[in-house]
Amino acid sequence: MNIAVCIKRVPDMESRFRIAGSGVGIDEAGLKFDISDFDAYAVEVALQLNEKAGAGEVTVICLGPDVVQEIIRKALSMGAAKGVHLKADAVPADSLAIAKALAAELKDGGYDLLLFGKHSLDAMTGGAGTMVAQLLGLPCLTAASRLEITDGKAVARRELEGAAESLTFALPAVVTIDEGIARPRYPSLKGIMAAKKKPLETRPAQLGDARVTVDKMALPAERPAGRIIGTGPDAVPELVRLLQTEAKVL
Amino acid sequence: MTTDFFDIDSALSEEERAVRESVRQFVDDRVLPIIGQHYIDGHFPLDLVPVMAELGVFGANLPEEYGCAGLNNVAYGLIMQELERGDSGVRSFASVQGALAMYPIFAFGSEEQKRRYLPAMARGEVIGCFGLTEPDYGSNPSGMITMAREQKDGSWVLNGAKMWITNGSTAHIAVVWAKTNGDASDKSIRGFIVPRGTRGFTSKDQKGKLSLRASDTSELVFQDVHLPADAILPGSGGLKSPLMCLTQARYGISWGAIGAAMACYEEALDYAKNRVMFDRPIAGYQIQQQRLAEMLTEIVKAQLVSLHLGRLKDAGTMTPQQVSLAKRNNVHIATDIAREARRLLGANGILAEYASMRHMANLESVYTYEGTHDVHSLILGQAVTGLNAFK
Amino acid sequence: MPNILAIAETRGGELRKVALEAVTAARALADATGGGEVRALVFGPAGIGARAEALAQHGADKVLVCEHAAYDKADAESMAATVVAHAAGSAVVLFSASAQGRDLSPRVAAGLDAPLLADCLTVSGAKGGVTVTHPTYTGKVIATLTATAPTVVVSMRPSAVMPAVNARPLAAEPVAPASDPAASRVKVTEVVVGGGGKLDLGEAPVVISGGRGLKEAANFKLVEDLAAAFGNAAVGATRAVTDDGWRPHSDQIGQTGRLVSPDLYIAVGISGAIQHLAGMRTSRTIVAINKDAEAPIFKVADYGIVGDALEIVPVLTAAVKAARAAH
Repeated sequence: MNIAVCIKRVPDMESRFRIAGSGVGIDEAGLKFDISDFDAYAVEVALQLNEKAGAGEVTVICLGPDVVQEIIRKALSMGAAKGVHLKADAVPADSLAIAKALAAELKDGGYDLLLFGKHSLDAMTGGAGTMVAQLLGLPCLTAASRLEITDGKAVARRELEGAAESLTFALPAVVTIDEGIARPRYPSLKGIMAAKKKPLETRPAQLGDARVTVDKMALPAERPAGRIIGTGPDAVPELVRLLQTEAKVL
Repeated sequence: MTTDFFDIDSALSEEERAVRESVRQFVDDRVLPIIGQHYIDGHFPLDLVPVMAELGVFGANLPEEYGCAGLNNVAYGLIMQELERGDSGVRSFASVQGALAMYPIFAFGSEEQKRRYLPAMARGEVIGCFGLTEPDYGSNPSGMITMAREQKDGSWVLNGAKMWITNGSTAHIAVVWAKTNGDASDKSIRGFIVPRGTRGFTSKDQKGKLSLRASDTSELVFQDVHLPADAILPGSGGLKSPLMCLTQARYGISWGAIGAAMACYEEALDYAKNRVMFDRPIAGYQIQQQRLAEMLTEIVKAQLVSLHLGRLKDAGTMTPQQVSLAKRNNVHIATDIAREARRLLGANGILAEYASMRHMANLESVYTYEGTHDVHSLILGQAVTGLNAFK
Repeated sequence: MPNILAIAETRGGELRKVALEAVTAARALADATGGGEVRALVFGPAGIGARAEALAQHGADKVLVCEHAAYDKADAESMAATVVAHAAGSAVVLFSASAQGRDLSPRVAAGLDAPLLADCLTVSGAKGGVTVTHPTYTGKVIATLTATAPTVVVSMRPSAVMPAVNARPLAAEPVAPASDPAASRVKVTEVVVGGGGKLDLGEAPVVISGGRGLKEAANFKLVEDLAAAFGNAAVGATRAVTDDGWRPHSDQIGQTGRLVSPDLYIAVGISGAIQHLAGMRTSRTIVAINKDAEAPIFKVADYGIVGDALEIVPVLTAAVKAARAAH
């Protein structure tokens, strides 16, 4: 299958974040960046689907400034065949604007399957993938936790809250990927060497006007410090007492 | 969790950083969660071998035409650094497989031997070990008594014993260095590939180790072991051959020691920032800050030594004496850092769930093997004075 | 005076709690911006119209009832088309950011060429637009965003809004699906509800999670017993134990799993990896039980007990049972 995967470059979420001087972004100094988790699962799903089918090619697309090429190459070193860098000074906060730029790129690619992560771990909007499907008039499944494809027909599963749906659809389609479906492989060392020779095209992202702006970014209030109330089972009565009287949750 | 105080990353290429990240992820996900228990149990985690092979760490700096990753030597060093950040025993497995078993076949083997063994070893399907050290000949390998005698039909009969052999019991093949045909001079030393199962070849685990416990260390015994003519590594000859292999391994070890030091430093730093005593984190006390500053400084220096050494190796100008300087320095500072980290961790520092004491114990072996610290002192001494102080 | 269209989610013929949250949020926003009209749109199988009353109780001036046999299951394509068809005149189309809401809202936004403000904690009217606060970077940074457009699609994080009664006289109106569900290209073949009538992690006032400190999968029984003692608790898990197959992935709480914010979160044998904290850090009260006093979980816990979870949890279960029986 000819599969496209859209990925986003995000900072390591283990980091302690600081607000930038501008007040509308985070301070990126010293941060490590990687492919957003769900997007990396999507790359893995694409690679596994083609490995199972014995044929096919995965193209990864990423929107952003030049520095995003590093994660495109990471996806290439995992096994993707081609990379496309849609160049933009910054990723807008408006997911519809992002979706329009991606749709313009994906429209004529002849893709059987378009994969996205469920949401990016930084912006956490979860709009772009599903919007691209709507813009391209393609069937869409949001947040697949399982996906099997045979002869252009797909069977998938979605987790709802306290329930799960089974779904079927035909390709071409857009699927956004949830947790539990695949863990991304480590780029093999041979893969890292091979990535250098794979095609990576750059073109300007066709971003229109963004109608969402960031007014402010702020750190949430720190939780007040808690305390260790004791050791072992002997501490239980005190815990129950505190839950009843202080926290009032029991 | 990165120690890059001197922005050494800016001196690495994107591929080198990507290689480091891949191995780091593997170690974080697959080695760190299980290695403490394997250390206590005294087993090497063999089920990691296929994963390491898939990643491409075996013989990573050997050419692609033999199924290897074909990386440069800085990338190779970074692999060793990251593996040893996990455990010296895990890195020892990779060092032996790559630098001491695959490398001699690559450097001294026939084309047929290279094609027969190297791709399978890169895939982790054939595990190798390196038989040089003997019970009575450690720092003085030229004194070895293991002897191979050529027969009329070109085959060989091998007798002798090797000791302290990493991977000795798990290896499918042993690359054994022996003197030949009764000649006691080290000029007669040749290399032989001895497959497990050959009659007369036995191995025995060495028990009771308090260091490098997550590693297989064995004695090898050869009693009238018959080897076909094509068991010999045709390009091998003299003590120089095994020493060339050791130079490869020592280069990787100089990087590996940095990994162990980084693991201990980061564990100590993290602990110090979180552990509160007398109303503030112990990281706020002068003695702990001094400890951390020392550790950081030595790590940065060691990184720069190995990085430059790697560039020299890639340029083809690296000398064994330069490797001696790097191995000697980096392992030495790592042993100090591990010990100081252990002390900073206080009582918690003696528990297996903290890495420092395991690294501390492991590094004693690394200090001693591949040329003891003292031997490297004499190598450097001879290099600068011209005078041999070995005897 | 902006008008607001709120989408009220149902399952199995009943309104979900998030439906009331959506209508409450819409009502509050309308009242804060001059008292515009709040319409609620509800989808369901035959008889769903009976639920319209509850929506009027929570502030809907009008309830659009889209009843169709196919809506015993959700059908994103026809439901999104129906929302788009009825959005005319609404300055805001408001969803809950439930799984269904996160599926429908982007489709509606693209269909209306409207910006999407998703997974919000608060929403307010700005000049010619809508301003929200929204957790970003796994909740470590709170962003304030403004969208300026004639129509804006907003989704509210579940449990960020407390349903509030603000009754209106019921004015219900039937509407037909804007496209035939049978023609939708993605078909739901089955909906399996979680076994045993268990409370969903996102709705339970109490969540008790287990991690590696439980030593083996069978010991999750202790956590389940504790949940049963509370009576209103759901059981979650860390990524480590779901990866090992002790619990299903859908139970995972964390950065790439469920995000929960219950009144009480009890972390049993959990060290407190950052990616786990991302999933529960906003819980009102956090209790941690772990044998390592230096475990990071104790940094976020209000109350901690150091010790072996296998010994402590049964004692806690008995104590909770006794405390509840005494009331």
